[in-house]
Amino acid sequence: MNSNILIIIIASAIFYGTPLFFAALGGIFTERSGVLNLGVEGTMLLGGVSGAWASQHVGGSAWFTVLMSIVIGMIAGGITSALLAFLCVTLKTNQTVAGLAITIFAGAVGLSSYFANIWGVAENPVPRQIRRLDVFGLADTPIVGPIIFNQTILTYVSWVLAVLSTVYLFRTRIGLQLRAVGESPQTADAMGISVVKYRYVHTILGGALAGIGGVFYSLAIVPTWVDGMTKGAGWIAIALVIFGFWRPSLTLLGAYLFGALQSLGSTLKARGVNISGDILDALPFVMTIVVLVLVSSRFAHRKLGAPAALGVPYEREER
Amino acid sequence: MKSPIRLERRLEQPKWLNWAIPLISLVAALILGAIVLLATGKNPWDVYFRIFERGFAGTRALSGSLKTATPLAFTGLCAAVAFRMGLINIGGEGQLYMGAVGAAGVGIALDGQPTGVVVVAMCLAGMLCGALYAAIVGVLRAKFNTNEIITSLMLNYIASIFLSYLIYNSTSYWRDPVSKNFPAGKPIADRAEWNFFEFAGIKIPLAFFIAIIAAVAVSVLYKRTRFGFEVGVIADSPKAARYAGIRTSSTIILVLALSGALAGLGGAADVGNFRQLLDGKGLQMSGYGYTGIVVAALARLNPITTVVVAVLIGGLTNAGFALQGPDFPSGLVGTLQGLILFTAVAGEILIKYRIKANRRVTTAVAA
Repeated sequence: MNSNILIIIIASAIFYGTPLFFAALGGIFTERSGVLNLGVEGTMLLGGVSGAWASQHVGGSAWFTVLMSIVIGMIAGGITSALLAFLCVTLKTNQTVAGLAITIFAGAVGLSSYFANIWGVAENPVPRQIRRLDVFGLADTPIVGPIIFNQTILTYVSWVLAVLSTVYLFRTRIGLQLRAVGESPQTADAMGISVVKYRYVHTILGGALAGIGGVFYSLAIVPTWVDGMTKGAGWIAIALVIFGFWRPSLTLLGAYLFGALQSLGSTLKARGVNISGDILDALPFVMTIVVLVLVSSRFAHRKLGAPAALGVPYEREER
Repeated sequence: MKSPIRLERRLEQPKWLNWAIPLISLVAALILGAIVLLATGKNPWDVYFRIFERGFAGTRALSGSLKTATPLAFTGLCAAVAFRMGLINIGGEGQLYMGAVGAAGVGIALDGQPTGVVVVAMCLAGMLCGALYAAIVGVLRAKFNTNEIITSLMLNYIASIFLSYLIYNSTSYWRDPVSKNFPAGKPIADRAEWNFFEFAGIKIPLAFFIAIIAAVAVSVLYKRTRFGFEVGVIADSPKAARYAGIRTSSTIILVLALSGALAGLGGAADVGNFRQLLDGKGLQMSGYGYTGIVVAALARLNPITTVVVAVLIGGLTNAGFALQGPDFPSGLVGTLQGLILFTAVAGEILIKYRIKANRRVTTAVAA
């Protein structure tokens, strides 16, 4: 054991944490508008299968194919979440059950698997993948090389997004109005803000980001299509929104913590460390529970709590 | 732009909606499913006919469907019991695994004992393991106010890994030592097998009767006892419950333990009545816990209806998995189940609201 292994763990924590962050950032936008999306897992899988299909079928240069895979994954995720928004915002159904319905509908034995079957996605490899880059030729630099200069394009995009979304949420007028919709839709409505529009837009945006997370699985992590390949990442992303107290910067750190836990198994095994794979596999799930318990203390909630109207359908008083 | 429809709150809820809504939901889900099938170049009529044929037509089909329906009745009850108090326990899957682990352990250990003793012991072990596993969720929710949706789901993944460990990655008590190359569970004693009863050629598993008894018991508990009344008060208004002196925390833990015990009983049924061993892959692929949520939602959380709906969804699921092949792609079962859950939850609004068309008011005329 030397400092080398630590660098590998940090570098792969960022790699594995990237899809978690995309999905969790989507969750932040959705939940800030007052909609709870429990369908992230299914949304990611539909994004992933659509992205894998695009990688197999869209021609042109490698960059173009990868870009189109990401775009198509986003569209698939956006459509899936539009369905959720229709149920939760227009029909005002129970948001918890609606989200579960999305995950069952789209999930491991649902539509994502159905599409993979009829499109023959699983039978073929994913030819054009999201690869790690060698930025400025600095990938071989000691320490910072593997951690910072040898990541995928989506990782760099996620860093930009972390900054932009923080500015958007806390420094712009639209961000303020979005938070108002999530905290007190009655007030927002009285101010002339369209609750319905804000909720639709941010739920769909959240789904598109979850779709990118799914594409990262099918084009970078695995990279081929396997039914149910996200293995609970969507659920961890939902928990990450809570750990991050609905803030992009904290969520990014949380995503890397869980990225580290997810990658620990393969990293240690590759290094010949003898440790039970089952315990390592269970670690992210156990840690999710532990951290959830820690952040659900009363103090944390009062200071940094959830949007007050989260999960509550908005009903305008009838005149 | 104004939306073309508008929802108007119903002042009273007509009784006939209680059975009409699930039926309408089911039909609507099948129509939506037909659209998915048509869009992907399949013939919906053909698919549905074959599901019906395989799931419900004839004694053999019905016997097979009851096998799938039985665990679903238990996981459906598991979801219904918790959902009624507003506790979203989606951990039925893991609680069922744990019940199966407990029941299989007892079934193996009690080799040579009379059947009646073993069956009862397996049921108790399954219930206990499921209840304890769900109690984790309950304690965290009651003591630390931790979101039960995510913890119960995380415990599903942990239980699944535990199951793989017992059967595939260790030489545990549950693994058949003879199975070196193809790891499998150790069979329980011959006399530990649960019975089937034949009615008009349909083989009804013993566990299905246990499910009916459990449903009646839950129904009585929720309708006729003080405990059930308190659960209702907490569901309607936790604040009012606290003021009324109801001990909310212990009720949360008890309801989740009961919910888990029901799922655990389903696990015991899977081992005792159907597989006669702890079948890791088999349980993981069945997804009884998640389907149970669909069952409970379509049954509108009514325990007795849950058992009836379990037979319907059990038939659909059983047929869907049995037919899987080139022209019957996997994934169809989950897609249909998800659609049923969509329409079930959307159907709820028909109980609460009336849908009215928004008439366009042309401002020119109004002015």
